[in-house]
Amino acid sequence: MNTSSLASEPAWPSPLRDFCRAFARNRGAFAALLFLALLALCALLAPWLAPFDPAAQHRDFLLTPPAWLEGGETRFPLGTDELGRDLLSRLIHGARLSLSIGLASVALSLLPGVLLGLCAGFFPRLLGPSIMRLMDIMLALPALLLAVAVVAVLGPGLLNTVLAIAIVSLPAYVRLTRAAVLGEIHRDYVTAAKLAGAGRLRLMFVAVLPNCLAPLIVQATLGFSAAILDAAALGFLGLGVQPPSPEWGSMLAAARDYIERAWWVVTLPGLAILSSVLAINLVGDGLRDALDPKLKNLA
Amino acid sequence: MLSFLARRLGLLIPTFLGVTLLTFALIRLIPGDPVEVMMGERRLDPQMHAEAMHRLGLDRPLHEQYLSYLGQLARGDLGQSLRTRESVWNEFAGLFPATVELALAALLLAGVLGLLAGTLAALKRGSILDHGTMGLALTGYSMPIFWWALVLIMFFSVELGWTPVSGRLDLLYDVPPVTGFMLVDTLLSDERGAFLDALRHLILPAIVLGTIPLAVIARMTRSAMLEVLREDYIRAARARGLSPARLVFVHALRNALVPVLTVFGLQVGSLLSGAVLTETLFSWPGIGKWLIEAIGARDYPVVQNGILLIAALVILVNFVVDILYGLANPRIRHRQ
Repeated sequence: MNTSSLASEPAWPSPLRDFCRAFARNRGAFAALLFLALLALCALLAPWLAPFDPAAQHRDFLLTPPAWLEGGETRFPLGTDELGRDLLSRLIHGARLSLSIGLASVALSLLPGVLLGLCAGFFPRLLGPSIMRLMDIMLALPALLLAVAVVAVLGPGLLNTVLAIAIVSLPAYVRLTRAAVLGEIHRDYVTAAKLAGAGRLRLMFVAVLPNCLAPLIVQATLGFSAAILDAAALGFLGLGVQPPSPEWGSMLAAARDYIERAWWVVTLPGLAILSSVLAINLVGDGLRDALDPKLKNLA
Repeated sequence: MLSFLARRLGLLIPTFLGVTLLTFALIRLIPGDPVEVMMGERRLDPQMHAEAMHRLGLDRPLHEQYLSYLGQLARGDLGQSLRTRESVWNEFAGLFPATVELALAALLLAGVLGLLAGTLAALKRGSILDHGTMGLALTGYSMPIFWWALVLIMFFSVELGWTPVSGRLDLLYDVPPVTGFMLVDTLLSDERGAFLDALRHLILPAIVLGTIPLAVIARMTRSAMLEVLREDYIRAARARGLSPARLVFVHALRNALVPVLTVFGLQVGSLLSGAVLTETLFSWPGIGKWLIEAIGARDYPVVQNGILLIAALVILVNFVVDILYGLANPRIRHRQ
């Protein structure tokens, strides 16, 4: 009954709506988001979308060029690899692997990272500095090298790739959360909550954490793209997901030997990596601009 | 300044000890028996096995093992490679200059081009040049460099035949190692054409390794430059009638350099990560390729102490950058 009067009232400023509007205004980021949605769809529907089983070998069609080239076959739109496997099917299934490795490793490092960061911010006497020292130690090792060392200990494979990347990206989340917590902890609303009798856990998770989310969301996006890059690099070094799994990096490693006569087996998996990482980074830039207008004109 | 130095040095020691703990744990976390892993899959008789355990000190309690590991490190003993029987330190020292040469070439490329591109983008803010440069920078930042290397090899080496595919120098030339830097050594030697050949070997790996730092520096320079150009002293300088070029390259760029330099320091770690990939791809005989091969061959002393040496290097470089930053900016020096 009141709906008409409500509708004519000026809309209250809603952070979510502001954010959506700011994000949609950034055309590059919006296009990148659409591309990512498409990629995610491909990954989800891989078994139905891919024309062939990614492991099926067509022995009569080794290194067939893409369909639009001389000698190409319409059955294999993007050509075949050195074992006669359909490249398009392998790329589609590879999207599945790359995106799930990225998601899993972000989740596996974001949760403990935020917890450790909150603790480091809330317990500045002993626990905080010890956590930060530990992170300094992890940061002293170059990321890829640390991941390689972890894989050297655990052995190569899908799960260990995820674990290695999660360990490597942990310090970034811890440092970021701690910095955000230290920025918030002396604000009036935290003091007010404390005086109102909020316990420490409530202060940490209900009062402070929601206000630290913006930089964490941006970092998680960047962590997602870095995870895809690192997973591909590990795969390329032969330490990640093992063949015959159609992981983009290990596909590139196998393609190295055919660099002189089959450009498509070298070019296409790399383009897949580059375009997905670039799209995620574009979305990350858009998120940062929309979430933190102060930074907008800077970077 | 002295107390600042002492504080930073004090932070250095626990970090380094922590890294030794990590490399110590590394070799003991390997699933299964380290002796069997090191000696290969062939069956060992129990007595040899026990001897090997004893020789490696693996039969003692963990804390004793760690203390003796620290003692070894303090004596400068980094063990010897299982494959070559050469000491790990000698191998590292022999290969390190190759990595430094590659990294310096990459940084030079990234620094010069990145500063230039970032400055131009900031000056022409909002133009096609700005958008194009920043688009390219984001692409470079997202680049899987192992693929980028393959594409460059495919085009410049295979298609055009301009550059060699691997190594630091053609086998034709016999250049005595003096400094370990091929560009310097070839100049010192009397081999004709060797310098140009070394340069041709260096150029592609340097481009590959420099791509990501180049993108980062271009983005940082642009944002730092935009910040500086808004400052009053720039307006004052402009009012004094300084030429635009002098204004930008002398006054603005110098102040924009401070944040860029910090990023430069932070890039050392990722530069070494990139070096692992680049060296493997171009068969560049540096420490990155050395470590990856050691991991493949399960040469654990090399893996363990190679990682330790690299971590020490990163810690040291960050320490130096910290100190330089403190020298340049008193606000940092005096912060508690």
